[in-house]
Amino acid sequence: MRKDPSRIKVVVATDCGSTTTKAILIECVDGVYRQTHRAEAPTTVEAPFADVTLGVTNAVTELQELSGRRLVNDDGTILRRTSDDAADGCDAYISTSSAGGGLQMMVAGVVKEMTAESAKRAALGAGAIVMDTIASNDRRRPHEQVQRIRELRPDMVLISGGTDGGDTKKVTELAELIAPAKPRPRFGGEYSLPIIFAGNRDARPAIERTFAAGGFDLKVVDNLRPTLERENLGPARETIHDVFLEHVMAHAPGYDRLIAWADAPIMPTPGAVGDILQAIAKGRGINVVGVDIGGATTDVFSVFDGSFNRTVSANLGMSYSISNVCAEAGMDSVLRWVHLDMDERELRNRVKNKMIRPTTIPQTHEALVFEQAVSREALRLAYVQHKAFATELKGVQQQRTVGDAFSQQEGGRSLVSGMKLDLLVASGGVLSHAPRMEQTAAMLIDAFEPEGFTELAKDSIFMMPHLGVLATVHERAAMEVFERDCLVMLGTCIAPAGTAVFGKPVMRWSVRWDGGSAEGTLMGQEMKLLRIGERAQVEVVPERGFDVGAGPGVAVKREVRGGSVGLILDGRGRPLAVPSGAEGRRLVASWAKALELHPD
Amino acid sequence: MAKAYTPGLTVSARVRYRARRLLPLTGRITVKVGDRVAATDVVAQTDLEGDITPMKMSNLLSCAPRDVPGLLLKPVGSAIAKDEPIAQSKGIFGMMKVTVKATASGTIESASDSTGMVMIRGAAQPVQVRAFTSGRVVDVLGSEGAVVENDVALVQGIFGIGGEAYGPIAIACARPGERLEASSIRSEHAGCILIGGARMTIEAIRRAIEVGVAAIVSGGIDDADLKALLGHDLGVAITGSEKVGITLVVTEGFGDIAMAARTHDLLTSHIGHTASVNGATQIRAGVMRPEIVVPLADEATGDAHAGGGATAGELSIGTPVRVIRDPWFGALGTVASLPEQPAVLGSGSKARVLEVSLADGQRVTVPRANVELIAE
Repeated sequence: MRKDPSRIKVVVATDCGSTTTKAILIECVDGVYRQTHRAEAPTTVEAPFADVTLGVTNAVTELQELSGRRLVNDDGTILRRTSDDAADGCDAYISTSSAGGGLQMMVAGVVKEMTAESAKRAALGAGAIVMDTIASNDRRRPHEQVQRIRELRPDMVLISGGTDGGDTKKVTELAELIAPAKPRPRFGGEYSLPIIFAGNRDARPAIERTFAAGGFDLKVVDNLRPTLERENLGPARETIHDVFLEHVMAHAPGYDRLIAWADAPIMPTPGAVGDILQAIAKGRGINVVGVDIGGATTDVFSVFDGSFNRTVSANLGMSYSISNVCAEAGMDSVLRWVHLDMDERELRNRVKNKMIRPTTIPQTHEALVFEQAVSREALRLAYVQHKAFATELKGVQQQRTVGDAFSQQEGGRSLVSGMKLDLLVASGGVLSHAPRMEQTAAMLIDAFEPEGFTELAKDSIFMMPHLGVLATVHERAAMEVFERDCLVMLGTCIAPAGTAVFGKPVMRWSVRWDGGSAEGTLMGQEMKLLRIGERAQVEVVPERGFDVGAGPGVAVKREVRGGSVGLILDGRGRPLAVPSGAEGRRLVASWAKALELHPD
Repeated sequence: MAKAYTPGLTVSARVRYRARRLLPLTGRITVKVGDRVAATDVVAQTDLEGDITPMKMSNLLSCAPRDVPGLLLKPVGSAIAKDEPIAQSKGIFGMMKVTVKATASGTIESASDSTGMVMIRGAAQPVQVRAFTSGRVVDVLGSEGAVVENDVALVQGIFGIGGEAYGPIAIACARPGERLEASSIRSEHAGCILIGGARMTIEAIRRAIEVGVAAIVSGGIDDADLKALLGHDLGVAITGSEKVGITLVVTEGFGDIAMAARTHDLLTSHIGHTASVNGATQIRAGVMRPEIVVPLADEATGDAHAGGGATAGELSIGTPVRVIRDPWFGALGTVASLPEQPAVLGSGSKARVLEVSLADGQRVTVPRANVELIAE
């Protein structure tokens, strides 16, 4: 039963990950919501425990011990407050889950760049891992598509295709490929595989006939691309969440009890992160990019002008997938971020050794420098993939003038813009656990190449999933905790866009902060760090050909936020070009020194 | 005394081993509890549904989709052979009929009147699962598989490629620190599980494939050599399906690294004994390491060990460990102390550490995450 938000003062939130269940306690202190305690315990979804609620109870029991507030009943369930002034219990319990590999989906659409892409966006936005996208024009022959479908074991399938009132044949053909291929659900053959149809409404009868044979549970929702000019992802996303709860979660051990305990539907972890970022972007009226880099995958989330996108780069990560990062980026690209002499053959073996023993950590300074170099490339590649995916709708008719015929701009421009980006939020081991905050800031700047003014922050304990669900029961509480406890502000980066030449001026700057001031000229390929405390007033005058947001050569005066790092002035120009060889190493060393990345 | 748990790989002279042998989908189990089986005996089999071949019949016949079912020359459910006429158009006044031949053999599964698509289902593909190790069937898992148990000598490697292989154990390197070169591989090694020492060179691997060696087990491999063998850079450690003509198991890691002496001694003690090897490695949730299993002749009881997964055990003073990351990668030693407080590493990070007495007498401090147990 949904509670009146004004009566929610104490919240327990858990995130059941594949290995760890993390619990946080949120309390209303002097009228403001704060995250007051955190605890964790091993996730218990696998044998011999095979009951996710045991891990939840363990984590919340630790929370109880740390906070001194009784939160767990004798039978292990979460204790609720009996009255508004009761000292024990909580008012709401919420949870996210990515245990058991999260939500894995296959999506299908008629045209790869249009309905299939919209379907993929709906699935990713709902927090799924998209195992494959089948489309009529994906260059695979029908029998190859059938073979692929048979190999996959998704939790559910999302089919789209055709605009409402348009052609029905192509999307029915897709269904006719999927039905006889009989993809088997991941959690065994005991339940019917859920199929969500979100395509041309006129094709519904044919689709229903196609999946009428046993083994499927067909759900029909509104078309996610009713016209070429419009996406309508909401109904498909909601149904994905419902099916996730009804089928996938219900088949995972102990989730029926967890669902009963929770005061809001249990969400897939990345879906919850997407929700909180959207809420923040909307609340502050800003554009946000969030990244979570893990051992196997990297998730990138963005909200630009209200449009939300999420991508999962399945094989870009820092342990299980580290070898793939080096293979995809190329060792030369990784090594351009390293200012120390390293033997390439030795490094290649080290990368493979990290891959096969993924839990090891860098012990030496040299190992750390190399690992952070790999992370720059993993993040960069994930962001490139994200920018290519987060686009305007493709296939939309555009009125063109004669002049446009010469520019030949392709449809589906990326929504992601380095210059429009206001806040970049980092999470994931290599970013969160870097020994120095300056290193986190430097990895973000080198990988994402923000332009103009960009705030940098990190979610040090990965609290965003909890807050994503909290936003569904108490939005204000989620916002307050996000601002005060979730984000650790690193500072602000000012990076003029333009081609920088070593030793030539890029911009003049002056900064005033509480207790100090400084001014100077930023030169090409120069980095500068100013410790400004909480906030500072900044005036920058870019040189001709350089832009900090107001246009080439136009000055900007504004307030910026500092943080644990401060204000970083980046005179390397955009796009970033790092010379190779000795010259590159000298430059990278000078940037590391300027940003105080390493001990002397 | 401080304790900590850390993963390790099993190297054991005697362990009660259980091989859980599962079909990819339900099928027929050919053994029953109590049966004695050889490693290569089939314990379960099933038929995978045949491949589907779609034919866009309305395009091929130039007709409307709704006409397709009526133009089939054989009804849905009939057997059809490749190149056999499957459908024919009505033509014009009975003339100029177009005949379409089946593009695959199988059964006509469906003919859609809304898309004009005809599906041909190919013949079922048999799938068989072998026992992997000789021993006794101790459990039958419904219609999904069986569990075979035996006392074995077991060595888990850290990484491997290639699937299951069987053969007698032969020794190519007398010492664990000896590099496995092509010159050590002889024609009588054909069909053998060949035990090397330190790094296996690409020339040795190629020579072994040429000779017909079933599997190589050695201390290390160079990443560049693995890439040359596979023809691509391995991105993630999920292996087992490679078809390179041999199964490889690396016991220590990548680079020039000697096999642990204890592992080498154990394998050497089984010269001529038949072993089963699986190179399949999966380093994700539900980790799976490659294994060398040598069934023992007698059936004295050992500690139980389920096949496939890695083990975890307790770290305490005196526990033998292997350092698994630079700067002491591959060094063997024993735990000398387990400080409670985290320490600042050379990288600047803070982590829980332990002190290791290395075999050469050095005492070094290492993050707890960077050692693995050498499990008995």
